[in-house]
Amino acid sequence: MTALVQRARMDDTLAEAVGPPPVVSLRAVTRVYPGVKPVEALAPTDLDLNPGEFFSVVGPSGCGKSTLLDVLSGLGRPTSGTVTFNGQAVDGVVPEGVGIVFQEDASFPWLTVRDNVAFGLKHSTVPADESQRRVDHALRFMGLADFAGAYPAQLSGGMRQRVCIARTLVTRPSLILLDEPFGALDQQTRLLMGDELLRLWRETGATILLITHALDEAAMLSDRVGVMSARPGRFIDMVETGWPRERDSSIVSDPRFGEITARLWSRLRAESLRAMGAQGPGGGR
Amino acid sequence: MSATADVPARTTPARRRSGSWDGLILLVLALLAWQGMHLYVGEAALASPVKTLTFLAGFLRGPVFWGHFAATLAAFGWALLIGAVGGIVIGLVLGERRFAGDVAEPILAGLYAIPKVTLYPMILLIFGLGMSAKVAFGVIHGIIPIILFTMGAVKTISPVLLRAARAMRLTRRQTALEVLVPAVLPEILTGLRIGFSLTFLGVLIGEMFASQRGLGFLIVNGINLHNVPMTTGMILVIVLFALAANGLLLWLHRRFGGPSATPEHA
Repeated sequence: MTALVQRARMDDTLAEAVGPPPVVSLRAVTRVYPGVKPVEALAPTDLDLNPGEFFSVVGPSGCGKSTLLDVLSGLGRPTSGTVTFNGQAVDGVVPEGVGIVFQEDASFPWLTVRDNVAFGLKHSTVPADESQRRVDHALRFMGLADFAGAYPAQLSGGMRQRVCIARTLVTRPSLILLDEPFGALDQQTRLLMGDELLRLWRETGATILLITHALDEAAMLSDRVGVMSARPGRFIDMVETGWPRERDSSIVSDPRFGEITARLWSRLRAESLRAMGAQGPGGGR
Repeated sequence: MSATADVPARTTPARRRSGSWDGLILLVLALLAWQGMHLYVGEAALASPVKTLTFLAGFLRGPVFWGHFAATLAAFGWALLIGAVGGIVIGLVLGERRFAGDVAEPILAGLYAIPKVTLYPMILLIFGLGMSAKVAFGVIHGIIPIILFTMGAVKTISPVLLRAARAMRLTRRQTALEVLVPAVLPEILTGLRIGFSLTFLGVLIGEMFASQRGLGFLIVNGINLHNVPMTTGMILVIVLFALAANGLLLWLHRRFGGPSATPEHA
């Protein structure tokens, strides 16, 4: 008994010494897609996400970015290695406290905007009045209040993606995973959505992992950017941006923004060429 | 900005007004065509609109018609219920189990192509004369398109919706009821509309060939007794019933088919 208490105290002092434990930990995680010719999507990968961090992943197309999100979220199982979320092992089930926003429009076309957002809490234990409040807040926060009664088909792509983000927000996730959420949007909308993402990140205090193919997006939004290699994916660089927590898209005029983007590109250029070469001229399938 | 959501509501009354005019014009044209046809083929094959309506006015007041009408309605109701529930359940299962679906699809398409009237002697020998044979014949007509449409809808559902359901930690049951079913509902309703008319066809054929009850029997009876207004009148009743039911299903489609059933989506 006393030994256990002592052990716990030791752990506490240890934690104080190295900072809070990571929200997510990947240890030697790999993912191989079986088949006649098995595809190694993820080479052994280690990754720690710190609480409240904005972390982006960039990499050439087909490098396993989405696979990383899959195993990290519990949507997919790693072939080997371990994934933990808040110290609990993640194994094929998305843990509570994790919210995911996909690249494709995942809003439900048969529900109004309000019902779409409320769907996020439909099976939770949150009381009705509290859930009502959260839905109202999320609608206002994402600028959807005027469209609460509209159907997704009546909205633009950017607005529909906001609906999906709002649907995730109502659950108050401590970790938000975004898989190229703005990939299908035009450049101006993407910049503005980036600002909104930063606002959301500050207000919720959540940890964010953003997968993107846009280097400027990663450089502008993140505290830290992980650069992935061509397949099989692994991290070949970690870039600390050093931006203040209060920031928005105006930092694109900061000279450091150019430096960061340039460094990301210099690390990625060879990898992208390799990925293109692997797919042959004329691009991927 | 909320005007986006109001637009359909604002255009509807105008559309409805022009729609009712279209309907009236169509009705007049149909009556004219009927009268013209009557003059061309003669009294022995097709009764005139006036004569038919006069006959119906009397016949519908008597007790005979409603008994037969109820018999058709009952047979049709059962056939549709069995075909719809069975078709949707089988379609959902086959759509979800990709391999079973791939095996079943060409078989079902083949069955769909068979003229099912040829199976009628067999159905009669299995079920005997009367209600169950009519229901069975209605079901074999209607169930296949309902299965095929449901299966197709499940197979083509956007995978990201199912991923989103997993991301929101829905159970299999919740995913089926709250994501899968509403996502495939518009296509299922289309399948039901086609299944509906084929079921009706099956039931009527059943009544015409081997039954003593129902609207189909009345048509054949009219032919046998050379009661042309009876035959024409029953055809008219069946046409009106089918049109009304189709209208109801179209309305259901618009009401519950979600925004994808409105033109904006296309």
